[in-house]
Formats: sequence, C-alpha cells, structure tokens
Amino acid sequence: MSDDDNQAGGKKRGLFGRLFGGRDAAPAAPAPASAPLPEPVAVEAPQPEAPAEPRSWWRRLKEGLARSSSTISQGIADVFTKRKLDAAMLDELEDILIQADLGVATALRIRDAVGKGRYDKQIEPDEVKAILASEVEKALLPVALPLVVDPAAKPFVILVVGVNGSGKTTTIGKLAGQFAAEGKSVMLAAGDTFRAAAIQQLEIWGERIGARVISRPQGADAAGLAFDAITQAQAEGVDVLMMDTAGRLQNRKELMAELEKVVRVMKKVDAAAPHAVLLVLDATVGQNAMSQVEIFGRVAGVTGLVMTKLDGTARGGILVAIAEKFALPVHFIGVGEGRDDLEPFEARDFAHAIAGIDRDALHERTA
Amino acid sequence: MFEGLSEKLSGIFDQLTRRGALSEADVDVAMREVRRALLEADVALDVVRAFIDKVKERAVGANVVKSISPGQMVIKIVNDVLIETLGSDADPINLEAAAPVGVMMVGLQGAGKTTTAAKIAKRLRDRYKRKVLMASLDVKRPAAQEQLAVLGRQVGIETLPIIAGQSPVEIARRAEEVARLQGFDVVILDTAGRTHIDEPLMEEMAQIKAAANPHEILLVADALTGQDAVNLARNFDSRVGITGIVLTRTDGDGRGGAALSMRAVTGKPIKLIGTGEKVDDLDDFHPSRIANRILGMGDIVSLVEKAAQSIDAEKAQRIADKMRKGKFDLEDLADQLLQVEKIGGLGGIMGMLPGMAKMKSQIAGANLDDRMIKRQRAIILSMTPQERRNPDILKASRKRRIAAGAGAKVEEINRLLKQHRQMADMMKAMGGAKRGPMGKMAEMFGLGGGGMGGLPGGMPSQEQIAEMQKQMGGAAPKLPDAPPPGAFSAPPRLPGLPGLGGPKLPGLGGLPNFNPFGKKK
Ligand SMILES: Nc1nc2c(ncn2[C@@H]2O[C@H](COP(=O)(O)OP(=O)(O)OP(=O)(O)O)[C@@H](O)[C@H]2O)c(=O)[nH]1
Ligand SMILES: [Mg+2]
Repeated sequence: MSDDDNQAGGKKRGLFGRLFGGRDAAPAAPAPASAPLPEPVAVEAPQPEAPAEPRSWWRRLKEGLARSSSTISQGIADVFTKRKLDAAMLDELEDILIQADLGVATALRIRDAVGKGRYDKQIEPDEVKAILASEVEKALLPVALPLVVDPAAKPFVILVVGVNGSGKTTTIGKLAGQFAAEGKSVMLAAGDTFRAAAIQQLEIWGERIGARVISRPQGADAAGLAFDAITQAQAEGVDVLMMDTAGRLQNRKELMAELEKVVRVMKKVDAAAPHAVLLVLDATVGQNAMSQVEIFGRVAGVTGLVMTKLDGTARGGILVAIAEKFALPVHFIGVGEGRDDLEPFEARDFAHAIAGIDRDALHERTA
Repeated sequence: MFEGLSEKLSGIFDQLTRRGALSEADVDVAMREVRRALLEADVALDVVRAFIDKVKERAVGANVVKSISPGQMVIKIVNDVLIETLGSDADPINLEAAAPVGVMMVGLQGAGKTTTAAKIAKRLRDRYKRKVLMASLDVKRPAAQEQLAVLGRQVGIETLPIIAGQSPVEIARRAEEVARLQGFDVVILDTAGRTHIDEPLMEEMAQIKAAANPHEILLVADALTGQDAVNLARNFDSRVGITGIVLTRTDGDGRGGAALSMRAVTGKPIKLIGTGEKVDDLDDFHPSRIANRILGMGDIVSLVEKAAQSIDAEKAQRIADKMRKGKFDLEDLADQLLQVEKIGGLGGIMGMLPGMAKMKSQIAGANLDDRMIKRQRAIILSMTPQERRNPDILKASRKRRIAAGAGAKVEEINRLLKQHRQMADMMKAMGGAKRGPMGKMAEMFGLGGGGMGGLPGGMPSQEQIAEMQKQMGGAAPKLPDAPPPGAFSAPPRLPGLPGLGGPKLPGLGGLPNFNPFGKKK
C-alpha cells in the first residue's frame, strides 16, 4: 500500500488520489456490476492520464478536513467485506446512508438499487460506492443548473431567503463579488431590518465588493425597502439587484406573510420581479430542509437553491432527497466564509464526495 | 419542535394500544417503525440503536398489569427511556464560582450564539440579579461585534468596548479584567462560529478557554441539525469540554432529534432552549415535559401508572379482607409470592425499600434465594383450587401427586404447609384487634394512607429511586429496568408495598417461625 502511495505520489496520482489518499486509496478496480468480482488484487499504479483539474472544494476536502466525509466510505468498507450480499448488509448500508442525511426514503431506494440482482453474490466496497455515486448523480444531474442572469432584465432582481443563520448575507456578498468580477453593476438591498447589525454586515460586504447598499433604519418595513431599491436600481440602470432578507423559520406564519408581501411589492414595480428567488440552505441541516424548501417555495416562489457550509465536508445528503422531491435547481455551494468561497454546484463532484469515491479508481473503471 | 415526531409516534402507538395481546414480533414491528420515525427526526443512528435496544429489553422483561394493554405498557417504557436519554432533571446555568463567572458560548456558524448570549445575560440579570458583561470575540464575521453591542443596548446589558485589531484571546483577557475591576458578577464570551472540523479554529477556541477559564462552556446548536449533530457535539466537547448545551430554534417545525443525539453522545445536559427571536424567548429544558411532547402520550403514561397502583391496591384490599376474617389460604400465599417475584425478586424489593439494608444481610444470612420463591409457587400451583383453598384435605397421596407435579419432595410440601398454617393462625389471632397489629397490617397494605383511589404520590421519580438506592449503600441491588408498576404503587414511605405485608415481607421476621424461603430451620 505505502509503495503504491509512493509510486503514485505527486501530481501523477491526480487530484482524487490526493483527496482520498490513505487507506482507501488503492482499491481493486470494480468489475462490471453483473459479473462476480474476483478476489481483491493489489492495485496497479494509477492511470497516467491526468484527471480533471483540481477544484477548490475538493482541495479543501483534502486539506485534512475530509474526516467527516469519509464516514460513508469507511462505513461501506466495513460492511462489504468479502461476504456474499445479504439483507443484513443492505440494512447496514441503509443505516450508513441515513447517517449522511439522505433520509429514509432515498436510503431505501439506493439500498434497493444496490441489492437488485446481486443477492448472494460477492460485492466490493468500491462497487457499492460506485452505485451510490451514480444514483446520487442521477438524482442531482437534472438540478445542477447555473444561475442565468437575463441581461434584458434591468435590474435582474434576486431575492435571497432562508432560515436564520443559513448564510444568506454571506452568500449575497460572495455572489455580488462574482457578478462584479464579470463586469456587472450590482446593487444590494439590506432587507434584514430585524436582526441587530444585519445592515452593517451587508454594508461591509458592499464595501468589499464595491457595490452600493440601499438600506433603511433597523425596524423599517422590508417591503418598502424592496420598492425603493428596485425603483432606484431601475433609475440607475443597474444590472443586478440582490435583496437580503431577515432569517425566518418557515413555520412562522406572520414572518412568512411578511416575505410574501416583499414579493408582492416587488411585482408592483416590475411584474417580472423577483427574477430569481434563492433559498439558502445550511448543509448541517437535516430532514427539516424538506420543509424549508416546500414552504419557502410556496410562499416566496423559490427558483433555486444554494447550499452553504460545505467547507471541508461532504455533508448535505438531504440535497438528494430535495432534488427527487422538488426538482429545484441547485446553483451554488458555499465552501467558506471568504468572498471567493462560492462555487457552482456540480452533481458529479457532489455525488463522489457523498460516496467517498476515489476518482482514480473511477478513472480506471471507466477507462 | 417535536410535533412531527409526536405525530408519527402516536400513529405507531395507536396501533399498538388497540391490540389486546402483544407478541414479541408485534413489539419488533412497532420498534422498527419507532426507529424509522426517530431517524426521520434526525436522531443520530447510534443513539437510535441504543434507544431501541433499551426499550426492547425492558419490554421483554416487563410485567403487564391486567387493566393495561401491553401497548400502553410499551408506551410507558418508551417514555421512560426517552426521559433518560434526554437527561432526567432540568439543569440550569451554574454560577457557583468566584466572580466574575465566565460563560463561554461556542458553536457552528449561524447556530445562534450571539442572540443566545444576550438572552442569557438578560435572564441572569432579571432572575438572578447578576451584573453581567458581554464581550464578542467574533472578529471574523462582518459586524458580529456590533451585533452584540446593539443587542446589549437593546436589553440594557453592558458590552465590552470594541477595540479593533485585537485577537479573540486578547479580547477574552480584557473582558475578564474589566469584569473583575468593575465588579461584574458574570462575563459572557460570545465566540465566532466555527466548523467543528476546522482545526485552526478549534485550536483557537481551546486557547480562548485556556485564557478565560470559563466556568460554563455552552455549546449552542441548532435544533434543526441533522445527523452531523453527534459529530459536532463530540468534537466541541472533546476540544473544550463543554458543560452544557443550548438548543436554538426549537420554535421551528424540526423534529428536534439533535436534542436526543447531542445529550446522548456527550452526556452533557441541555440547559436551555431558544424558542424564538426575541430576547425573552429562552426556556429551561425539562426532559420529562419534552418527552411528553415528543410522545404526546402523557395520558397513557399516567394511566399506566395509576392502573398499576389500583390493580395492586385492589388485590391488597382483597387479601386484607380475608386476613381480617382469618382466612388466608394458599392461593393468597401464592399471590404474595408472585408479587415478590414481579418486583424483581427479593433483591428488587430490598433495593426499593429505604432502610432495608440491614435486613438485607439478614435475608442473605437466611439463605434466601429467589429460586425458593419460584419453587414454593410451583408447589402451590400444582394443587387443585380446592386444595389451595382448603389445605386441610392434603393427605399423603395428594402430597405425593403435588410433589411429582412440582418436582419437589414431600418434605418441602410439609414445610410449606406448616409455615402457611402458622401464618394463618397468627393472622387470625390478630384479627380482632382494631388498632393493634391488624390495623397496622392494613396500613401496610396501603389502606391506611390515602385510601384507595387516593394512593398518594404515584410512582417515585427516577431521582427518588436513585436516592433510595444511594441510601441503601453501594451494595444496592440492581433495580429491574422497567420496574413493574406494582412495585411503585405507593410512595417510598414504608407501609406501602401493597400485597407485600409492608415493611415486613410476608413471613419475614414479622411472624414467628415463618420462613417460606428458608431451606431448613
Ligand atoms: N463555514 C462556512 N460558514 C458560512 C458559509 N456561509 C455563511 N457562513 C457563516 O454562517 C454565519 C451566518 O451567515 P450569515 O450570512 O450571517 O447568515 P444569514 O442567513 O444572513 O443569517 P441571519 O441574517 O442571521 O439570518 C456567518 O458566521 C457566516 O460567516 C459557508 O459556506 N461556510
Ligand atoms: Mg443575514
């Protein structure tokens, strides 16, 4: 093993080898699902062809932070050990998946996918991971869509909503930075008029990015601010207007009504606004995310999702269940607190991270 | 919070209670559903497993009282295990230390630390009349220090003046110094949110702790947290040794599984829960109330408790009546022996009666042994009802038949009969006295105290039992895990165990020469 690692060291091993270096790094290439697998064999040095460019999320996972993401990988390795597949192993797989917040229903489905036609056959951990990854990818691929800003809409209004502390304000700061880098003019509206110092927080982001921040005093009506902001952005010919909102729990009717009002007032100024409504989800959240998507979706007309706090972890399994149930686009992931810590959502990366897949092995398999 | 879980569970339990008898398979099915409901409520898998195992184990060992359906009994057990998992007592913030008492808030980003810091400060001032200083060590998130300052102004709590450019550790030191010099009782340190796998930040947190030496370190965690709750709780706990947990956003519609998980893996109490965004939205955490909310089965739980009391009380009444009339037949003796067994044998009884420690050694000396109880009951059960009611008809041939049936020797039967006779005679002799031993006896059977329905107290709480066990000294025998309700039908004052001859076990010490458990005299 260590020999392989040495041989494979450096750039030759590629990103995924580095990401998942360590004890899982040298698995046997899984055989096609239909054929029984041979005894695990010592692995060859990785394929020469270099895998895809390292992405920073992956680099972060690698930077010693992968511990929690490896639980699935470890769990699978522990369960599928040179035994013929039986119901007990599938039960354990189901449990492992649940521990990744995939939810019971999704876990059941993937369990069935793994079990199908494979009872009483030996199955390798890598094969299980591959099936898991492909199921997750299948679910996520259709929702991994970029946020497209229609240049005809001036301003293109983006309303950002979510529960308290999910990362709305930070995401706005990061996104504004990206728009600005693309040469778009950006205006921010400090719609969280409730939380202490929320306005200052957005103002600091505005300074960092060089974006104007429209605000009213704390305690003012957010809908009124929305009206002002769109009117002003129209007058100034701004490309993108992003409006922050106060965090609110989706079961608080009066607060959701307030949000509904913000949307209504926006439409008065511009019938097409808001052009996008982003729901920001914290990756640590569990099954409650389903309720968040459903209710924010209904009340505010959510058009896409951002999942934050994925720095260094492959949490967020709930996204799979959300994709299956709501089919809402997932645009970005937040991977840290800095302005550059926002990345486009990639179904494949996410699926592999969830499954704890060593992409070197995957390359061998598909090569 | 918890409503969703409660709904799920009540559905499962409804089905369970509707059935008359429950097989082990029925319980298994129900437990699988409970397991799923808990997982869907984000209770961590390990915790769910341990929970289910515990419930099953107790359900198998539990005795079910007649008027209670087995399903109701299972609910009671789930309720008990739930309370244990959540922690038995409310456990408020501890301020027992030299002023200024440090309270440090830690947690993930966006968990609600800052808001909670202000809520706690206000509570300490309003309820406990403490002078509180708050300091924000969050130099990371834009406007985090301002946020705390604004909150402080809103509720009238002083905050440490912000000095730009200071590190969290420096701020912590300054806060302590200011608090000490200016006579603050409590200093609350709000720290920056950090991911529990972010090594440099976890290290920084440990340094803050070392510098500030806080008396309380509260992990602030979102009630909506998923399966990661266990990891984060473990990591924070192992890095700084948290003293308690504050659960925020319990006003959400999350099912709150994180509460169960974090308490279970750290063993640290949930001290407070946040119930809204306003500064007064903070509550003490009461495990039993929460358990009740989770299960939504408070009615059934108390029904089981009450029924258990009245069932045994009825039986006790019947026996007491018979005794009064001087009739105490073998049937009654068998009942009493059964009671002893139900409570978990002699060890169980000893464990429950305060002040029994001494007697316990006597019993041990007398070679008492739970197997003897079983044996004696077996003998009685091998008799015909007629024989039990009228032992005088037992002649040699009948005795031989009974001995064969019970797998005992004829001498054993003779010994039992002799002991029973002595006991019955004794009772007849006492029968006339009103205030005398008989009155006392009635009292022992729980008839003197509060009367029938009004058996005072109800079950002793978990703590009372623990206390009793403490009094009994280290050697206290293990309580049966789910004490059959009959065992606790009276409060832990002595003359209570119905059907059990009160402080004197049937024939134990109270009645001369009677020792149904003795092997030989
Ligand atoms: N580690 C990490 N932290 C993040 C990320 N996104 C946001 N945060 C942090 O999460 C906390 C809450 O973020 P905010 O942007 O203030 O969240 P919000 O939804 O606006 O919060 P409220 O306005 O209080 O409802 C802050 O400490 C952020 O720095 C992320 O991707 N990774
Ligand atoms: Mg905000």
